[in-house]
Amino acid sequence: MKRDATIAAVLFALVALLPLAGEAYWMRLGTIVLMYGVLAMSWNFIGGMAGYPSFAVAAFFGLGAYTGAVAQKFGLPMGLAWAGAGLVAMVFAVLLGIALLRLRGHYFAIASLVVAEVLRELVNAATELTGGGMGLNLPIPAMASVDAQARFFFYAMFGVAALTFAATLATTYSKLGFGLRCIQQNEAAADMLGVDTTFYKVSGFVLSGVFVGMAGAVYASWVYYIEPPDVFDVLFSVKAIVMVLLGGAGSVFGPLIGAALFLGLEELVWRNYLEVHTGVLGLMIVVLVLFLPKGLLSLSQRFGRWRPTG
Amino acid sequence: MLYLQILANGLVLGGLYACIASGFSLVWGVLNVINILHGSFIVLGGYLAYFAYVKAGVHPFLSILIAIPAFFAIGYALQRLMINRIIAAPVLLTLTLTFGLDLMLSNGMILAFTADFKKLVLEPPLGTIAFGEVVLPIDRLAAMVLALALTGMLYLILSRSRIGRAIVAVRMDREAAALMGVDVKRIYAATFGLGAVMAGASGPLLVMIFPISPLGGPAYLGKAFVICVLGGLGSVPGAMIGGLVLGVAESFGSLWFGPEHAITLSFSLLILMLLFRPHGLLGRKGYE
Amino acid sequence: MSALLELEGVTRRFGGLRAVSNVTLSVPMGEVAGLIGPNGAGKTTLVNVITGVHPASAGTVRFAGADITRLKPHQAARRGIARTFQIVQPFSGMTVLENVAAAAMFAGGAAYGDAANDEAMRHLRFVGLGEVANKSAASLTLAMRKRLEFAKGLAMRPKLLLLDEVNAGLSLSEVEAALELIRAIAARGVTVLIIEHLMKVVLSLCSRIVVLHHGELIAAGAPQAIIEDPRVIEAYLGRRYSRAQAGPNG
Repeated sequence: MKRDATIAAVLFALVALLPLAGEAYWMRLGTIVLMYGVLAMSWNFIGGMAGYPSFAVAAFFGLGAYTGAVAQKFGLPMGLAWAGAGLVAMVFAVLLGIALLRLRGHYFAIASLVVAEVLRELVNAATELTGGGMGLNLPIPAMASVDAQARFFFYAMFGVAALTFAATLATTYSKLGFGLRCIQQNEAAADMLGVDTTFYKVSGFVLSGVFVGMAGAVYASWVYYIEPPDVFDVLFSVKAIVMVLLGGAGSVFGPLIGAALFLGLEELVWRNYLEVHTGVLGLMIVVLVLFLPKGLLSLSQRFGRWRPTG
Repeated sequence: MLYLQILANGLVLGGLYACIASGFSLVWGVLNVINILHGSFIVLGGYLAYFAYVKAGVHPFLSILIAIPAFFAIGYALQRLMINRIIAAPVLLTLTLTFGLDLMLSNGMILAFTADFKKLVLEPPLGTIAFGEVVLPIDRLAAMVLALALTGMLYLILSRSRIGRAIVAVRMDREAAALMGVDVKRIYAATFGLGAVMAGASGPLLVMIFPISPLGGPAYLGKAFVICVLGGLGSVPGAMIGGLVLGVAESFGSLWFGPEHAITLSFSLLILMLLFRPHGLLGRKGYE
Repeated sequence: MSALLELEGVTRRFGGLRAVSNVTLSVPMGEVAGLIGPNGAGKTTLVNVITGVHPASAGTVRFAGADITRLKPHQAARRGIARTFQIVQPFSGMTVLENVAAAAMFAGGAAYGDAANDEAMRHLRFVGLGEVANKSAASLTLAMRKRLEFAKGLAMRPKLLLLDEVNAGLSLSEVEAALELIRAIAARGVTVLIIEHLMKVVLSLCSRIVVLHHGELIAAGAPQAIIEDPRVIEAYLGRRYSRAQAGPNG
């Protein structure tokens, strides 16, 4: 753990220096990479460590975004709004986790996917509070300059990413992380060995939601206008999963590496071809799943218990 | 009586839903693969029928006949070449793969067909027919009948034909089936092909009734999910029941809550079912 | 001697089928007891009920005086009930050491890290797997996996150890080694309930035997009495054999 922590400290220190490079483009990209880093690391708790194929990242992100936005609409300062969003995401994750984590495999995956859809519709309908389909405007933060603003949000997202990483590190090298790995290997056996599987799974699920919620709130403040389809977008969930698959599920640095790699590729290859953007994304996903050996092979072994019976 | 009309509307809708769900349920039940492409296959079938009608005057009912071999070939090839490579992989990978393929397909459709909504309007329109106080549009009724016919055909294939029996055998016990000489890889491909057929062939029917767009796949997919959970996996009668229940629920839901909440309603139904009766109303155990 | 495990009227139904029917038995502390019966008699189901995998449809299970009928598996594990499985499935993605450390940590109450690892090593050496501690659990042979099961069971610091067909698939010499291990475990004060179908094992190890047939308890007592009990013979070999054994007067 010490070694990982040292590497991380150096890495994060380097990233923190990024704004000195000056250009707004890099800061914007950096903010996005950090944001997806949070999403990927968060998914890793429930999907990589515990082995439950959650598609709920989009739900937590949207929930956090709207909670933060509505809080700010009512006058709460940004920092508090972000913390509040994290809290709300946490409570939601507990309730949702207790309900959904009894399901396995496909059923769990679908249910978690559907939650985002239902939330989106609910937010759409609550026009009074959320502006519904017309979107919600947030108070534009008063900053010295555009650059200062970009720096501010870079560091805000950096903070959330650092928190998430700290949680990843702490969990991996703890009884919780070990328990989640046991659950992933064989949940029934883990139960018989004394692991309180419900408690551990819900804990993993909560970890997968709280930081995503905060990131969503920061995102909302950053772009200061959100609409339900923007923030409850299933692609958030899918990209988070793909990034972790790319970098290596269950590992400490894997999600971050995957996020950076994926977004780097996206920037270089296809972000500029808007027409085929989703198509190329799809192609990349297909290639990854079918051909990328190491990351996926080890995943296959870990998830062994889900092979179809019979 | 208003309720009778709503019920009739729901049943007609339900027949169509049963058709689109039966193929999805079959693939899920036999291959343990959730085919995210299913919705987009429906849309693709709809677009092909639309353009065949508008450009060449080909009647949508005829398009169905063309769709059958075309989609079977597409589905068979897709499964054999790609999906089969990860057939034994965990849920996460198969879901992600079909998701990626779906992104490619829907992007392709946007490029080919533009993102506009299209609806096939028959010239001359078929009008309506009355059963007592209940009035139904003939095109919907015809679509329902054809949908039921397609579903019935699938049922017959599964219960009477050799390949159908082999598919059912593989669903029950893959290893035992293999030991009895069934070529499981071919059966998987054929099953996926059949699933694609059910989707692609129902496209022409649906485009007569609802406007379609290249991004409309997920909506149909969502309905197929709900129907599978309602009716249980891998069985045509289950898809039938689930389809009818959903159709009627949506119909009454539209009446009571407004049509814009139809999706929320069906998804809430889905979550409730998953929490309390994940194996469906009939209690048939499927794969997880 | 007080009873460690007491079952009273325990029944377990699956739909209409009674897998276990009205079983009442007690296992005194410190004993090695055997649970035998033909295939399908409900032995594993009974163990599942005791450990909380299946809730009892009726009856009570008491452990060290406390009612544990409604406890979940992990709770039973923490109270000191450990069990091994007939079909051995270790955590194949983890090392042998990690497998045992998990048992020590979650059921045995050892602290995460060195404490659990050290204790795990002790148990591994006890069962003779010290050399392979850092190998992947998937790489072990069947006999070694069975010993790993023992090590895990011991790491749980059990008061009661339920061994479910530990000898299935083992060669004669491997069975002998397993017997030695079980005797050593019992000598440490662990109460053992062993499900077995190899009569020689049961006869050489157990001071008490309980017989299950079609989910019902048909006989209980000392080994010698059990093997001569006509009901037991009938259960295993059929009525005609039993009658034949009894001779012209039976």
